[in-house]
Amino acid sequence: MTGQSIVLAADVPFPPSVEDFYLPSILPWGEHNNYWFTKVTFLVWLTVAILIIFFLAAYRKPQLVPTKKQWLAESIYGFVRNNISVEMIGPRGVAFAPYLTTLFCFIFLNNLWGIVPLAQISPNSHIAFPAVLAAISYIMFIYVGIRHHGFAKYIKTALVPPAPWFILPLLVPIEFFSNFLIRPFSLAVRLFANMFAGHVLLLVFTLGGFAMISANAWFVPFSLVSWVLTIALTFLEFLVIALQAYVFTVLTASYVQGALADEH
Amino acid sequence: MIITSTVTVLAEAAEVEHNPIVPLWQEIVLGLIAFGILCFVLMKFVFPQMEKTFAARVDAIEGGIKRAEAAQAEANQLLEQYRAQLAEARTEAARIRDEARADAEGIRQDVLAKAREESDRIIAAGQEQLAAQRESIVRELRSEVGTLAVDLAGKIVGESLADEARSRGTVERFIAELDSAGTTGGRR
Repeated sequence: MTGQSIVLAADVPFPPSVEDFYLPSILPWGEHNNYWFTKVTFLVWLTVAILIIFFLAAYRKPQLVPTKKQWLAESIYGFVRNNISVEMIGPRGVAFAPYLTTLFCFIFLNNLWGIVPLAQISPNSHIAFPAVLAAISYIMFIYVGIRHHGFAKYIKTALVPPAPWFILPLLVPIEFFSNFLIRPFSLAVRLFANMFAGHVLLLVFTLGGFAMISANAWFVPFSLVSWVLTIALTFLEFLVIALQAYVFTVLTASYVQGALADEH
Repeated sequence: MIITSTVTVLAEAAEVEHNPIVPLWQEIVLGLIAFGILCFVLMKFVFPQMEKTFAARVDAIEGGIKRAEAAQAEANQLLEQYRAQLAEARTEAARIRDEARADAEGIRQDVLAKAREESDRIIAAGQEQLAAQRESIVRELRSEVGTLAVDLAGKIVGESLADEARSRGTVERFIAELDSAGTTGGRR
């Protein structure tokens, strides 16, 4: 029983529930609680395939004067490299630009599935994928900090702010909590919650229209308003999609910058 | 804690078997593999190439600017050189013209002086010749006048003069008178 299948039957499932996010397996077909090959994982693989094929095709024979495809690929990389990496981390940011660009593209395309017709669910609305990305960012910024400062000095710069000694017993736990516990959690949950909420919102307005029609034929105008709003919300979703991909990448860059900073 | 408990409460309320905040381990594994493959391919084969292309492009542009600057400098130097040569040629021409003018003046002066000298010489020669001719004519006349006068006088007198010496003195005197009269008359 899922809300994904659009049926004009009277028993349209409304309101949508969490179960609408857990679709039956594709292989083996229709099985519940088998997550190896579902629509969501298929979309993740599709994202990976599209990105790899696009970038390899665009950059097979790089030229000084770029072709249209090459220009597009370079613009994406150049945007993350100059406007996120170098902007946040400084000249050392160039070394992180490849990872941040990969991260940005992966999140953006995965988010985009949320509004692509027929796909219309973002893999990032399953917390597993944002959690993986947040864990990588978490490990990366700690590793970078330790490599740059050495273990003891990194822990000291990360935990001990320049403050009078008597306030430190209060500040050090707060710093530990915010830097090492909250960061990966907030990073993952922010992306997940935005995609999750976006999907729920679109479900509510789409299914709501059907629910109203089936409840009473006089509600047709309200259903139409509801569906028009679905379209408007899809545009809003696009904004959220781009913004969340950007925010995730910028925050990762910012954590790396914090780990590399010499001053607190 | 609050979030988790709220979610649990919500989950219980909705009677669902899934909790959206608890990740599925299968999806974590798949996500790691998929993202790992993506990272490997893009970070190994694509973005380093892009950095190389960027560097090559910067190099090409800066190299181009440098080459253009060198060409500009060379052109400027050549222009300077040509200007210097032109100025040199102008002064040279002026100098040659001045020299030529001076030469011409000198030659003119020379020719004039020579011509004057020549004319002087010709005049002098003419005068000399004239004087010589006059002299010879006077000498001839003097001797002829003497004989003519004596002959005439002899004829007039009709008889030989007794005292030849005396007559000679008379003749001489007469001629001197004639002579002085002749010179004064000639000058007039």
